[in-house]
Amino acid sequence: MGDVSSKQYIDVRLGSNLYGIDIKYIDNIIVMHNITRVPKSQPYFLGVINLRGEIIPIMSLRRKLGLEDDEFTESTRIMIIKPEPSAAPVGLIVDEVNEVITLEEENIEKFNYTDETKADYSEGIGKHGDDLINILNILELIYEKNE
Amino acid sequence: MDVSQYLEIFIEETKEHLQSLNEHILILEKEPENEETINEIFRAAHSLKGMSGTMGYKKMQRLTHDMENVFSEIRNGKMKATSELVDILFKGIDVLEAYLENVQTDGTEGDLECDDLIKALNQILVSGTSKADTSSEQSSKQSSEQKKKKDETKVAATEVSTKSSVGEKHKYKSVKLEDHEKKAIAKATSLNLNVIGMTIYIQEYCVLKGARAFMVNRTIEEYGEIIKLNPSAEDLEDEKYDFDYSAFVITKRTPEEMIKFIMGVSEVKEVVAGYIKLEEAELKSYLDILKQEELNISLPKLAKEQKGLQTGSPVRQKKPAKPIANRSVRVDIEKLDVLMNLASELIIVKNSLVSSSSDLQHQLDLAFYDNIEYLERISTNLHESVMKVRMVPIESVVNRFPRMVRDLSKKLDKQMELYMDGEDTELDRTVIDEIGDPLMHLIRNAADHGLERSEEREKLGKNPVGSIFLDAYQAGNNVIIEVRDDGRGIDVDKIKEKAIARGVVSEEQAARMSDKEIIDILFMPSFSTSKEVTDISGRGVGLDVVKTKIEALGGDIEARTKLGEGSNFIIRLPLTLAIMQALMVKLSSEKYALPLGNIQTVENVDRTDIKTVSGKEVLYLRGDVIPIIRLADVLDCKKSEEEEDQVLVVVVKKGEKLAGMVVDELIGQQEIVIKSIGEYINNHKVISGATILGNGEVALILDVNPLI
Repeated sequence: MGDVSSKQYIDVRLGSNLYGIDIKYIDNIIVMHNITRVPKSQPYFLGVINLRGEIIPIMSLRRKLGLEDDEFTESTRIMIIKPEPSAAPVGLIVDEVNEVITLEEENIEKFNYTDETKADYSEGIGKHGDDLINILNILELIYEKNE
Repeated sequence: MDVSQYLEIFIEETKEHLQSLNEHILILEKEPENEETINEIFRAAHSLKGMSGTMGYKKMQRLTHDMENVFSEIRNGKMKATSELVDILFKGIDVLEAYLENVQTDGTEGDLECDDLIKALNQILVSGTSKADTSSEQSSKQSSEQKKKKDETKVAATEVSTKSSVGEKHKYKSVKLEDHEKKAIAKATSLNLNVIGMTIYIQEYCVLKGARAFMVNRTIEEYGEIIKLNPSAEDLEDEKYDFDYSAFVITKRTPEEMIKFIMGVSEVKEVVAGYIKLEEAELKSYLDILKQEELNISLPKLAKEQKGLQTGSPVRQKKPAKPIANRSVRVDIEKLDVLMNLASELIIVKNSLVSSSSDLQHQLDLAFYDNIEYLERISTNLHESVMKVRMVPIESVVNRFPRMVRDLSKKLDKQMELYMDGEDTELDRTVIDEIGDPLMHLIRNAADHGLERSEEREKLGKNPVGSIFLDAYQAGNNVIIEVRDDGRGIDVDKIKEKAIARGVVSEEQAARMSDKEIIDILFMPSFSTSKEVTDISGRGVGLDVVKTKIEALGGDIEARTKLGEGSNFIIRLPLTLAIMQALMVKLSSEKYALPLGNIQTVENVDRTDIKTVSGKEVLYLRGDVIPIIRLADVLDCKKSEEEEDQVLVVVVKKGEKLAGMVVDELIGQQEIVIKSIGEYINNHKVISGATILGNGEVALILDVNPLI
């Protein structure tokens, strides 16, 4: 722990793909809430929820990444993300949250940012045991200017 | 010396002092003899100088010092506040404001130099003052000491005789002593006690000058009685002195001993002291008086009397009574926000209690019901109180406008006068912070485009001095601010012409548009009617910016005009941004809140009453033709399977325009807490926020304005 060359990620699943979210962005992980639809919003925003008196916008990670639509199950979770410590939180819906993993720097293959990889919001691929984990570029994912 | 902790206070107070200078110099220009104003100006300038010196802002200190010299001459009647002088003083204030702005951003004064200004000030000083004043002039140049003190005391200097040689530092020698003080000196002399005058210099980096002076005085009192302080003890504690002050003490000690004691106090830079003796004749006369008076004025009592000085009794009767301090506390706006949030949370919990109490059988339990009602009352009162705390009079925004109009008048070479009314109208702090720029813009527009030149006005039979009015008042849950002028008004044809030329509207469209609709074009982006671009207005970023800003605050703006008579811009703002009364409605299964302020009526109409005119649905209602907006369509709600015979229409009003919103169901009126849905979701302004209902559900708040 605390080693400069290693980082902790939360390993989440969408369909059969695994994604890693840097633990420093994660504020909270909650079970599915009632989502209030917000009309006229970007399609990947499903709406807002009330989390202990706070209104939090909820983004479908599947829609954002261009995958099939969500199917909410028992294991569906909302990851509450704070892109910056003082920024407003935003929720990401994932199919399942697996575990916290520690990845060594050398086990992550970084991508050079090109237009191709940009669409995936991917920062690199991490190897964890036999699994390949897509490390998400959270800032790009959340702050991306809306079309 | 770390002064960063005082930076915030410094910035706040400097702003206040600068504003006070602005206001009073304006008054001074009109009433050059107004003594109170001059004193106020002097006080503000002096405090500014002291504060900037303490904080180590040398440029600000220097500039205020030179300005203070000018004020001092005005106060002494040696100079008149001419228009040119006022111009230069205003320039000085502008520079100070620029410094302050820099301090606010990075804590330093920045590189801005003001040598020209200082030169101008000094020139005025040299040319404007009489010969008689040259001595004090020189001394002010030799030392950057408080000039005010010298002016007050110059005359009195001879009244105190001294043994030692006169030195620049022995300022106490030039302090005027009152009769009763001289009496005390005489008395002390007769009792063979020493009367010592001294001037104490505090280190310039000392931050708590007031406290330091207090420490010094306490030390002095251990060895004797203080009979006089200059400035007074009150001013010393309020830090109303530069870095030195004088004290007169009755003691058994020698001046050398006293110096030693006082130097023992930290942050004391230097102390000079010497014996104070009255002239023989004077001494004799005072002793005679003393003898004549009954012996009930014994020294202990005298000392006690004088001790009152320490706790703040006035020394000089002439001195104007200190204005009663505001009974107010400075509170960080963030703390208020927290308080406001907590009050809002409480209302949400209350709402949920209310809704669950109506579900359950609790109504039977009278005590429970009573308590719920009680809670309701308290939480509403609490919320109102917190809201009131957040309310700030718009004065804090508009008080810079008179100065601005004066500048505009000079710059544009037009005569004009600003009349303000309702400056005490209060608005939420968050609104206040944002409303300044739009108002400024409107006033500039009025001055630049609205008002005609004096010759033109005279020809038209108008008062050659143009008028701009700024009126603020509360109307229900809104605050209205009107910016009016009696100028030429808006030329509708000219706008039409230009709109067509720019392709904003087609000729046919323009022909069909009402005057009001055409005036509304003014609020469209990059539409400026001014033929020439001046540096005051007409840069193309005009009314559209004003409109955007006001709409962001939840308000709206409307323009009314009469050609040749003037124009009127009416801004309507919500009283508060945090809580409002809303009508809760249902669209299929979704709940929405409509701000009650927008709602005119709710109508239950037959489906057949809604007619289609040129492809648009309208409703004829009591002689009005109201366009119908089917909210379910606009908001992409799931349609109900079949259309009912009766349609619920909520008629909303925006300015003069009406529109009917079709909803599925009414839930009722409710007090709702407005929450932001954040920056991430981009919903084209239809949704202005969200609120949490009693059962924890989220309902969205509809902004009807963009729909109309």
